[in-house]
Amino acid sequence: MRFLGVDIGSRHIKLALVVDGALVGYTGGENSFDPLARCRELMADLPADRVMATGYGRQLLELADDVLTVTEIKAFARGAAHHFPGCRTVLDIGGQDTKVISLDETGRVRKFEMNDRCAAGTGKFIEVMAASLGWSLDEFAARAAAAADEVKLSSMCAVFAESEVVSLVARGVPREAIAAAVLRSVADRVTALAARLPLTEEIVFAGGCARNSTLAAMIEKNLGRRLLIREHAEFTGAVGAAFLARDEALRAGAELTSQTGEGVTV
Amino acid sequence: MSSNDYTPLWQELGLDLDNHAGLLGVLSDAYRGIYLAQANRPRGMAYFDFVISEVHGLRIKEIYEAKRAGRKVVGGFCVYVPEEVVLAADGICIGLCAGAEVGTAEAERFIPRNSCALIKAFMGFKLAGLCPYVELTDLIVGETTCDGKKKAYEIFDELTGKVHVMELPHMKGPAGKRLWLGEVARFRETMEKLTGAPLTLEGLRHGVAVVNAKRRALQRLSRLREADPAPLSGLDALLVNQVSFYDDPVRFTAKTNELCDELEERVAAGVGVTAKGAPRLLVSGSPMAIPNWKVHAIVEGSGGVVVGEESCIGERNFRDLADEDFVTVEEGLMKIAERSLTIDCACFTPNDERPGNIAALCERLRADGIIHYALQFCTPYLVEAYKVETSLAGVPFLRIETDYSMEDFGQLKTRLEAFIEMLR
Ligand code: SF4
Ligand code: SF4
Repeated sequence: MRFLGVDIGSRHIKLALVVDGALVGYTGGENSFDPLARCRELMADLPADRVMATGYGRQLLELADDVLTVTEIKAFARGAAHHFPGCRTVLDIGGQDTKVISLDETGRVRKFEMNDRCAAGTGKFIEVMAASLGWSLDEFAARAAAAADEVKLSSMCAVFAESEVVSLVARGVPREAIAAAVLRSVADRVTALAARLPLTEEIVFAGGCARNSTLAAMIEKNLGRRLLIREHAEFTGAVGAAFLARDEALRAGAELTSQTGEGVTV
Repeated sequence: MSSNDYTPLWQELGLDLDNHAGLLGVLSDAYRGIYLAQANRPRGMAYFDFVISEVHGLRIKEIYEAKRAGRKVVGGFCVYVPEEVVLAADGICIGLCAGAEVGTAEAERFIPRNSCALIKAFMGFKLAGLCPYVELTDLIVGETTCDGKKKAYEIFDELTGKVHVMELPHMKGPAGKRLWLGEVARFRETMEKLTGAPLTLEGLRHGVAVVNAKRRALQRLSRLREADPAPLSGLDALLVNQVSFYDDPVRFTAKTNELCDELEERVAAGVGVTAKGAPRLLVSGSPMAIPNWKVHAIVEGSGGVVVGEESCIGERNFRDLADEDFVTVEEGLMKIAERSLTIDCACFTPNDERPGNIAALCERLRADGIIHYALQFCTPYLVEAYKVETSLAGVPFLRIETDYSMEDFGQLKTRLEAFIEMLR
């Protein structure tokens, strides 16, 4: 049986396919002004028997196509537990939301913390700052890594920080240093959030921002702990949703007949 | 909303008819979408639906007529306001807290933008000419519970000219008790001046009896929510609690008891509004004035059921009764003051009773988790969340900080849904 997890984020839609018990592939793309149509378009490439939606836009599929849904919290927990069995803490910096999730020994969510409604400490914050420095996200991360020094941003609010960035540039502060300061501010915010939960040795860093190794290094240093990061970390929610679709089917007593994962591109 | 035309009455009360029509439109849409859409509601809720549909109609007319017949109308914002004393003076007591985001821009001309939503709303409702209740009051009673309210009443008095502030102590030692007793006595004088008649022992006995009967009916409702499956949705129970602040108390008590009779049958037959075993949540913290139904609506739309409100629109309003055994007016006032000091509002320090009360409530209601709800900028409850959480170690706990806007609806839904998933 084929299980599809669809994570409808504010910026990207991510899909993961599980065939029988094995993760066989991912796909995804940018979200558009018509998220539902975009979802269906992406889903057409990965036909599945069962679908589970998660993420910011999960209700879209639930309402339109009667698809089961779970929150990002549960999906990230499940996805992280699949990649790193036994992990007890998951950190996810997404487009809109940043969350820290505590799991119990069986992989169930025990407690979680999420940023408040503002953009401070989220992927959105980094995105806005990168744009005001005139860099793409990847370039931004690379340049921040090359910073010799760091300045300090005094504002956490995306709007104020943006004008602060502009004025720092005008004062001749190297853009690399400003980029590093932006990441520092996100790292500090995330650390404060994480401090509200009991942290275990191994912390999984999932979500799109996990690709940013400078940010990851800052968080590791703040927490004094190693972060476990997997390639394609941004698919963790989709992977979790796919496995949750499978868990659900098993619970309902479905027969998991064998099939191949043909036609899947990673 | 209602079929009768109350426009002349609203006009006479000086409401802004356009703004007001807008408010009623929003309210009835929200009510239809949130309340009437619920499945399996008890028949007894029809009365409360009716009350809401006539919230600015019949009830206003009733109060208006009572006022013409000489009765005085007193509005309040807090459960410390001694309703018994108002009733003893044959007055009408109504809760004024506003629970919608309207008139915010007007309010922000007078108070900071980062005031709690409740304060902004009571200012906003007045300034935008939206609240017939405020216009009908002869006296508005404020209290020095939190700094925001305390200072806002100064401005509110400037705007209305009828605010009487009671000084609520922030500690419950002997000095605090003396202070509060004095304030209740001073309130009696204010009421006597207002009505021109001295408070009688008989009147006070009547006042205490009426309010206690109302509290008993609400206690009964709260106990019925212990059943699994819950016989009544949290949304409906919240509504009953909200209505208790402005409906006629005797009629309200009778209707609530009728509802309870029906719920008793439901419990006996094992009928509920959700499936047995649905996650049961206790909502604890800041009060939720009409029409603030956001959290309950999200929880119950996500498969959970709210089984209790540890809130002023909830347990804090009716948990304790006033002692009815007194032989003089002074003694009666003391009994009333003593009862109100059992209320565990976060404005007190220390407030050690509250965590214990929450734990007991949680156990009685068989709650699976606690949602600690605080209005944004409501420092007392926001800060106290820490003590509540740590003293309840082991009970799943979720902190929420929000206001009346729908801006954070998506994020709130994710959090509440994830919390419910966690409890399943
Ligand atoms: S929270 Fe405190 S101040 Fe507010 S209504 Fe309740 S008792 Fe009064
Ligand atoms: S909700 Fe909090 S801040 Fe607002 S009036 Fe009540 S106690 Fe004060």
